[in-house]
Amino acid sequence: MKDVRADERDTTMNDVKIETKGVQVYYGENHAIKDVSLAIKDKTVTAFIGPSGCGKSTFLRCLNRMNDTIDIARIEGEISIDGEDIYDPRVDPVQLRAKVGMVFQKPNPFPKSIFDNVAYGPKIHGLASNKAELDEIVETSLRRAAIWDEVKDRLQAPGTGLSGGQQQRLCIARAVATSPEVLLMDEPCSALDPIATAQVEELISELRTRYSVVIVTHSMQQAARVSQKTAFFHLGDMVEYGETDDIFTNPQDPRTEKYITGRIG
Amino acid sequence: MTAIPDTPSRPSSILEADARTRKRNAAEKRFRMYGLGAIFVGLTALVLLLTSILMQGLPAFQQSYVTLEVPLLEDTLDPSGERNIDDIAGVISFGYNGLIEQAVEDAIETQGIEIEGLDDPAEIVSNQAAAQVRRFVLANPERIGTSETFRFLTTSRVDQYYKGQVTMASAERDSQISPQQLQLAEALAEAGLLEQSFNWNFVTQPDASDQRPEAAGLGVAILGSAYMMLIVLCLALPIGVAASIYLEEFAPTNRITDIIEVNISNLAAVPSIVFGILGLAIFINFAGLPQSAPIVGGLVLTLMTLPTIIISTRASLKSVPPSIRDAALGVGASKMQAVFHHVLPLAGPGILTGTIIGLAQALGETAPLLLIGMVAFVTEYPDAPPEGFFDPATALPVQVYNWTQRADPAFAERASGAIIVLLVFLAIMNITAILLRRRFERRW
Repeated sequence: MKDVRADERDTTMNDVKIETKGVQVYYGENHAIKDVSLAIKDKTVTAFIGPSGCGKSTFLRCLNRMNDTIDIARIEGEISIDGEDIYDPRVDPVQLRAKVGMVFQKPNPFPKSIFDNVAYGPKIHGLASNKAELDEIVETSLRRAAIWDEVKDRLQAPGTGLSGGQQQRLCIARAVATSPEVLLMDEPCSALDPIATAQVEELISELRTRYSVVIVTHSMQQAARVSQKTAFFHLGDMVEYGETDDIFTNPQDPRTEKYITGRIG
Repeated sequence: MTAIPDTPSRPSSILEADARTRKRNAAEKRFRMYGLGAIFVGLTALVLLLTSILMQGLPAFQQSYVTLEVPLLEDTLDPSGERNIDDIAGVISFGYNGLIEQAVEDAIETQGIEIEGLDDPAEIVSNQAAAQVRRFVLANPERIGTSETFRFLTTSRVDQYYKGQVTMASAERDSQISPQQLQLAEALAEAGLLEQSFNWNFVTQPDASDQRPEAAGLGVAILGSAYMMLIVLCLALPIGVAASIYLEEFAPTNRITDIIEVNISNLAAVPSIVFGILGLAIFINFAGLPQSAPIVGGLVLTLMTLPTIIISTRASLKSVPPSIRDAALGVGASKMQAVFHHVLPLAGPGILTGTIIGLAQALGETAPLLLIGMVAFVTEYPDAPPEGFFDPATALPVQVYNWTQRADPAFAERASGAIIVLLVFLAIMNITAILLRRRFERRW
């Protein structure tokens, strides 16, 4: 991978895509996220780092309302995408999730063919009016996920038969097939080997040209490699948020410094 | 910090098991023996059970038949000679007995059989015979005046003689058969007029009274059981699956759903006779549905099967990994789409298996059916569904129960035969469940 971070980091001209104000999340009695406010920019990779259980995944799942599926979760505060509050009662989470795609920690392709995995989203959202259009969407998505060349000859093979790294890229293809504007990734490389990780990281850098990417990661190296902005979470607080370079070279908060130098976490 | 004392390493060879290891290995060996013993006991019990049922029940599938030439005398059947069907029908079965007697005597004469002290030779033919001839005559009145060959059932005593239950010695003391009559049967067998053959009537014909146990069959019971299974399948499967999907995927976790959950688990453990009382009170006394009808039996068995289906369906829904739901929701599927497109197909084999096992349980259920009157003596087939659901019928296990209470040894044999039929149906259902699971099971 080429190191082109210096130029890519020049992201000041990008608009704010997601804005959160005073977000609080409770799991029953447990106060999981405490008053998080931050602005996530468009066409930027934003990394959430922090020790296990610090709430970064929880916060990520708030951004496309996946926490709605957990009965005991309760969210306060305001999260808006392009200035529209996503917790507004008029918002249908289904539409929101088509706009804000998600890739999970463990590759989770449907036990169906590779084609059906990618085509499922466009089908349920009615993005294709005929077979040819659907084929095109599937091909474009697989190309964007940099897996087309590996699977183009076996689109009818089951998606679960691919290797771990291929499965994860298939899941990314599935996520981009619905033409989202934001892509949320919850530790997308934690189940992958270093080679597959490198491929996915490279892919993330490419995806950034089209989407606003938010990635949760345990690996600080990964955050440094792929992201332009980094937020550090600790015990439910967002401790520090800024340019990735600044966070790693010149942290403002002593907790951030301790974490990135390996003393807490 | 206090210094941690060094633990002295024990000098030992790994080539030699120490006392502790030997003890552990012995315990493991003993446990395996217990396991083998348990399996052996179980298998022995199964083999004994099956052997005893097969020994007692298989004879029910064989029956003795006697072939006789019956003269259809015009004087008896149609005295007026006008072939008026109403006049012919005016002669009741009793009137045909003379013809049967004549037929037996003719056979004795033509075969040249001579038995000393033979009374009532026609007693070896089933009481069914007269009705059989009458049915034929009513269907073919033009044959009156000719003679016709019929294949009659013998009485159960003659049949049992060939199955070893009746002997010449026991016939001495029997009011229903005499040794001379048995000799006649043997003579007819030698002449090729009396033989044993497979008894299809046993699985197709309705039950018969104590007067003619040789004619009793399972037809009505099989039909009644089939109707009830159809009702249970059509009601319990959709209701059960819908309830499970709602409880598992949509219902909020709160006090009410907790109570429902506990109740469903408890219902699965309620003795089935309680469902029978419930059925009697609600479906018959309150709703006014007919007694002995498959519809009531089906409803009661549905109530009984529902908890089983709900529990197994929920278990198979639970076993679908949550990552599949996340994946579907993540691409913007609605909750219902996630369930119906992804979760349900994966849970399908488990649901099918649970349903079939629930049905098998319902098929073998006796107690609740006794309470709703399905124990009745029914000799008429129920009509085709849906009207037939309201006609009186019995069920296989109830028929078994019924026959074990009757005196004639032919019924004991038939009860075991009915158990074999029931077991065959259960085996077919379980094998179907296994095959379906194998066929549709997906791995990921």
